[in-house]
Amino acid sequence: MREYLLRHRSLDIVIKLIGVAIVLPLLAATPIFGAFQPFNGWLTGFANAAIFVMLAIGLNIVVGKAGLLDLGFAAFFAIGAYTYAFGASAYSGNDIPFWLMLPIGAIVTAIFGVAIGAPTLRLRGDYLAIVTLGFGEIIPNVLLNSDKYTLGTNGISGLNRPELPIIGVFKSNEPWPWFILAVVLIGVIMIAADRISFSRIGRAWEAIREDELAAASNGINTVTFKLLAFAIGASTAGIAGAFLASKLSFVSPDQFKFSVSVTVLSMLVLGGIGNLWGAAIGAFLLYFVQSILLKQLNEGFKGVPVLGEIDFLQLQYLLFGLALVIMMLRRPGGLFPERRAARHRVGTAKE
Amino acid sequence: MTKKQPVLELKGVGRTFGGLVAVNSVDLEVAAGSITSIIGPNGAGKTTLFNVISGIYAPTKGNITLSGALLATPDHKTEREAFLWGAFAIAGIVIGAIAGLAIDAPAGLAGVGAIVSSGAILLAAVSRPAWYVRVCARLGIQRSARPNDVVFLGIARTFQNIRLFKEMSALENVMVGTHARTDVGLFDALLDTRRFRRTEKESESQALTLLQAVGLEDQANVAAKNLAYGDQRRLEVARALASTPKLLLLDEPAAGMNPAETAQMIELIKSIRDKFGVTVLLIEHDMRVVMGISEKIAVLDHGEKIAEGTPAEIRSNPRVIEAYLGRGAASGA
Amino acid sequence: MGSSVAWAKRNSVFLWVAAVAIAFFIAVPPVQFVNALTLGAIYALIALGYTMVYGIVELINFAHGDVFMLGTFVSLSILIDVIGVTGPITNPIQLILMLVLILAVTMALMGAVGFLIEKLAYRPLRNAPKLAPLITAIGVSFILQNVVQLWKGPYKTTFPQFFPMDAALMLGNVRIGLINILVIVVALILMVALQLFITRSKTGRAMRATALDPTAAALMGVNIDATISRTFVIGAAIAGAGSVMFGLYLGITDFSIGFLAGLKAFTAAVVGGIGNTLGAALGAFTIGFTEVGATVAGFSRWKDAIVFILLVAFLTFRPNGILGSDSSDRA
Repeated sequence: MREYLLRHRSLDIVIKLIGVAIVLPLLAATPIFGAFQPFNGWLTGFANAAIFVMLAIGLNIVVGKAGLLDLGFAAFFAIGAYTYAFGASAYSGNDIPFWLMLPIGAIVTAIFGVAIGAPTLRLRGDYLAIVTLGFGEIIPNVLLNSDKYTLGTNGISGLNRPELPIIGVFKSNEPWPWFILAVVLIGVIMIAADRISFSRIGRAWEAIREDELAAASNGINTVTFKLLAFAIGASTAGIAGAFLASKLSFVSPDQFKFSVSVTVLSMLVLGGIGNLWGAAIGAFLLYFVQSILLKQLNEGFKGVPVLGEIDFLQLQYLLFGLALVIMMLRRPGGLFPERRAARHRVGTAKE
Repeated sequence: MTKKQPVLELKGVGRTFGGLVAVNSVDLEVAAGSITSIIGPNGAGKTTLFNVISGIYAPTKGNITLSGALLATPDHKTEREAFLWGAFAIAGIVIGAIAGLAIDAPAGLAGVGAIVSSGAILLAAVSRPAWYVRVCARLGIQRSARPNDVVFLGIARTFQNIRLFKEMSALENVMVGTHARTDVGLFDALLDTRRFRRTEKESESQALTLLQAVGLEDQANVAAKNLAYGDQRRLEVARALASTPKLLLLDEPAAGMNPAETAQMIELIKSIRDKFGVTVLLIEHDMRVVMGISEKIAVLDHGEKIAEGTPAEIRSNPRVIEAYLGRGAASGA
Repeated sequence: MGSSVAWAKRNSVFLWVAAVAIAFFIAVPPVQFVNALTLGAIYALIALGYTMVYGIVELINFAHGDVFMLGTFVSLSILIDVIGVTGPITNPIQLILMLVLILAVTMALMGAVGFLIEKLAYRPLRNAPKLAPLITAIGVSFILQNVVQLWKGPYKTTFPQFFPMDAALMLGNVRIGLINILVIVVALILMVALQLFITRSKTGRAMRATALDPTAAALMGVNIDATISRTFVIGAAIAGAGSVMFGLYLGITDFSIGFLAGLKAFTAAVVGGIGNTLGAALGAFTIGFTEVGATVAGFSRWKDAIVFILLVAFLTFRPNGILGSDSSDRA
């Protein structure tokens, strides 16, 4: 069985995701979970967490596979979301259906991925990081300042929602369609990411990550492959952006600050850089730490002398910072380090 | 009978770094199927020469041909590239403006056209696909082949201080070596097409064959960093062979090896030349290796070729002795 | 034709400085020229830390901008809570004493912060793969920002301006604020002192040796750990001086200034030539002029984007900066 699943990885992913899709709502229906928030709150929370899962998987390709430290990933997220706003909203006058906007958003964001990746091609790690950091700052800045087109800080609201034949238009108070859609999108992204990783492309990325000169000296066009990593990572953020935009029916530059980039990076670091499921689990866990645990700590410590004064929600970025430092010092591989053993062994290639 | 065309020809190749002349006007012909060694004292410029041949540096003078085709040459008239980009940008503006007239937004579409065409040409400039190189050649712009182009054209190399992909297994390392010879696109991988599976299988079996050829088939799944030193060197050779090169550059393949391993390496080099028909060019300090397998030896000192000939000729060449041991040794003992 | 190009390349520094200064003199009111110099001076004090650290360990200390930000809060706390400064000090002797005091204390404290950061967060990772110290630096940056946010709140905080802001010199009919002169003079003094330190002192030699070749330096008896540590300390201390100057000049600060100031100071270091202290100063003044120039030309909303474009342009076309060599690496 295990052998079979190792050889049919896509099936393995589908099975695991279906399992997750069944278990999570069941858990949310239990009294323990009910104590924190109502069932619908949990379902919506799962869908929101899914956005970060998508972002983490995308960033995992850029940082984890190709070894390019992108500190401005939120920029791609913003582009994906605003592309949706320009494609499917009353404000823009366009009415492209959500299902078509998904690939369009992915492609547009991928193009920006190439555009942003291009200046970084000859740069070493540190410089690449800071240039991507800069882009991560500048793009939301541009979106903010171009208020003639983007309505600046007010953001664009009234974005269209997805629509399906029997179910109709998705609504914000009905979390089930969003939940299922989220799981499906994650499935598609995970399968795609996994298949690319276990191919000549994935090997080329790893070679570049390990030793760029040796990679080039073995025939790898490092330029094209680095740009490809940016493009694919960005396209994932594009999909996540479209999902976010349609779910909230609203976009504004504030949603894409540097803290978002760092949050996604923290999720990746926590979960395990280079590991697909690690990234997903890290994102999921950290999201709920952020949205549930910290609130609970606030509630729990009310009235307690020193601890009661602290606003744990405000603290969250401090905790992220500490987590990043501690993880790097103690366990740089993350909770689920990239498992070298599960790599391409003799006989892995299918007939 | 006409002389067979040499696989590699260096004509007056030189490479300067700022003020330092690392290689100064080296001429060399490497016959097809031969084993040639380059020797010389430390700092003679041997590895720099390899780096020029394998595309890491462009030569600052002279040129290199591979089977008659130009491989490496000083960058020539590269400022003309800027004109090419400008031309593309202008073309984009014009086409955009014309198209824009049709929908009554000439300025906007002209802007879009400018951005799209500039982006496209700059992308081409940076990733250098074949058509772009041809267009540049038409304009008289010459750039030396880059490392990955060089592999495609048929030269593979190993490195003096072993540059394996440490976290990847031996098998995966060699599979990376097949990169230049496989052509599997993004969509093949995404859709798990039959073509994708076929090329993956081929890469895997070719890698296994090569691992067998160097005696590492038992360690195929071992991470490269965990291999013994001698095994790592042999793995690097296997990886280089994976791109089915015409010419194999080995940079100190026997460095750091004990006599037994060295003997094995000598046998290995001979057997891969016989089995795969590659031409071998190697840098070596270990005279057992050099004298043992070379058909021709070229001696470099201070960036220049000071001697060339068979092992017997080189052994007794006074200039060579002087370069290695100093003036007194050549005349005296 | 060829030889004048070569001459231009050799003297590129002076040409650059001259070109920017002349452009400014022509295009911009003198008061803006002084502003640009002042802004450049502050950026220089931050940029020096980036360039020194990069030169010696090839690490971009992402947290450095936040050390600068921390310095503004630390110095304002000392001024308000410990010393009890309320308004401008008019007695010149008292003023100078206060300046010296607050500069010395802030620089010492920030130096200590620099020491701790290096020791706790960077030194253990010196041999780790390159991603690790970068991520840790981000973590430290976040920690600093949020510690300050918890301590002083997320709102803008006023810095006690004990230096009389209305005192000025009149050069002809151009008004040059004494505060501007103070900032520029302090920056120049520190830059000169740093340059002398690096070229003349034993630690300075050790720093230069380690930057060029750590192994050889270690073999020559240089204590690498101590040298790297001192580099961080000095860089942070000078940034601390920048914090005080920033506070006095602009009068206001908040927890988020470190990010953008750091990014621009780093751009300055790159533009001038990373690893080169004179380059950091040169680059910083260039950035100062660029920002003020953008504002004067009516693009003040875009000035950050413009500085960033400058960074990308230099990293793409001339990664070694103005004072760096024209090296190329093809792989």
